[in-house]
Amino acid sequence: MSAAEPTSMERVLTALGHREADRVPFLINASLHGAKWLGLSLKEYFSRPENVVEAQLRVREKYRHDFVMGFFYGAVDFEAWGAEVVFYDDGPPNSGEPFIKSFEQIDTLEPPVVSEAPCLRKVLRAIELLREKVRDEVPILGVVISPFSLPVMQMGFEKYIDLIYESPRHFDRLMAVNERFSFDWANAQIGAGATAIVYFDPVSSPTVLPREIFLDKGDPIMRRAVAKVTGPIISHMASGRCIPIIDDLAGSGIAGIGVSALENLGEIKAACRGKLAVVGNLNAIEMRHWTAADAEARVKDAIAAAGPGGGYVLSDNHGEIPLQVPEETLMAISDAVHKWGRYPLDWIENGG
Amino acid sequence: MVQYPKSRIAFEQALLSLDRLSANTILREASEADSPIKAVEQLVVPALERIGNGWENGSVALSQVYMSGRICEELVDEILPPGDPQRIDQPKIAIATLEDYHVLGKRIVFATLRASGLELLDFGHGMSAESLAKRSAEERVQVLLISTLMLRSALQVKEVVRLLRASGSETRVVVGGAPFSFDEDLWKAVGADAMCHYASEAIDAIARVMEVTS
Repeated sequence: MSAAEPTSMERVLTALGHREADRVPFLINASLHGAKWLGLSLKEYFSRPENVVEAQLRVREKYRHDFVMGFFYGAVDFEAWGAEVVFYDDGPPNSGEPFIKSFEQIDTLEPPVVSEAPCLRKVLRAIELLREKVRDEVPILGVVISPFSLPVMQMGFEKYIDLIYESPRHFDRLMAVNERFSFDWANAQIGAGATAIVYFDPVSSPTVLPREIFLDKGDPIMRRAVAKVTGPIISHMASGRCIPIIDDLAGSGIAGIGVSALENLGEIKAACRGKLAVVGNLNAIEMRHWTAADAEARVKDAIAAAGPGGGYVLSDNHGEIPLQVPEETLMAISDAVHKWGRYPLDWIENGG
Repeated sequence: MVQYPKSRIAFEQALLSLDRLSANTILREASEADSPIKAVEQLVVPALERIGNGWENGSVALSQVYMSGRICEELVDEILPPGDPQRIDQPKIAIATLEDYHVLGKRIVFATLRASGLELLDFGHGMSAESLAKRSAEERVQVLLISTLMLRSALQVKEVVRLLRASGSETRVVVGGAPFSFDEDLWKAVGADAMCHYASEAIDAIARVMEVTS
């Protein structure tokens, strides 16, 4: 690294401020690959925060990207409620059986206390250790599932849609309970050293709910999250679309948005320019069979569409890269960002 | 005489705005003026097709697809009750969610097919490749619809197909769910016979894979 080269933290903050840094910052969400390098089953891997820290540092060293993640797995926000998580050897842990079986159960539901949930304490410890290791040079991302999207795991998607449409009283009560949990959980991660919170909120996506229902129900919750969480929030649609609600999202005060491969990145960037940073949108499912040339071409396309002017972090579109994606492909992505992501991006105008 | 093109638009609008009462009135009038199965074919099937297509292109939300399917399933059950001879029970179809608890996709496809006059078995969710292949063979299922959300589960379809073929079963396998939508070649890679982007595509897919079989 040359003396003049900014740290990843500086690079990312410049991008989030809608300015061009030395190059496009990028995030390789390859935590599961890190587990493989340690020779551990995923259940063993997630049992100790030190494992996650070591893997995160190794992933960053190998792929030379600009973040480390405090993230373990999405279902940890569900596990904290005493719910079952199912571990596999070849995929991320998944939420088990929903624990809210009837709307009436919501009347007496109470949130878990963050500091008393062993699964959350492990995540917090990992963030603390990462902060010690990377100091202020690398942003650490914490993750929460939004109060509005958590019920998909808590009660199942079908029953949750029924709740949204049919029982406003129970919906309001569940959101109040979930907000207490999710906002405390986000703040605990900030307190442990996370730089920003990725707020996974696929239910707010127009892929899942019509905009008018998002405005009535999901948007107020997001605004309260911005007001109550003590760090910047990046909302993530977890592969869902966002273009129809970009102005609404920008008005909520979030710093950025994780976007889908289903939408045109150039259109997203045009709608977000100067208002929201854009994070995405390489197709992590398709990535399994990309060649190195494919990876380079996709990276170039993404940078050409969203890189100019800053306000862009290159990443996958879902928030986690499947284990089935070869390491050579991830390396090709990294090489391509280092090659084509240098500002100024003159090669775009020159037809490179 | 039923003015189907006009009724179709009104029926679709009623579904998208979750106006069960209006949807019921339109379907009942068509059913009485024509026949229940004709009303289903001319109103319900095209409306759900357009709504599913709308989800695929981003103009309709998943919640509207789900609620439309649910409303149609209830309405069609009233004019074409289970067991009615006009219902279509061939080929023998079953549906399941492989491995996990993400059952919304299965529920939507189940409701859409039943609302279209088809009968099918629901094998449930959280099934392993072994249990799904075994039950399909035991029940002599001709078309097995498999819904998945996670990539890992989608890749398990390969094992279902392998086990089916190893047992001599000719069951056709039709898949759907997010991993297949994000990777258009994945269904072929796992050995499925067809893939659907949205629920009502399953009607054509079933016909297609049965043509190949016969």
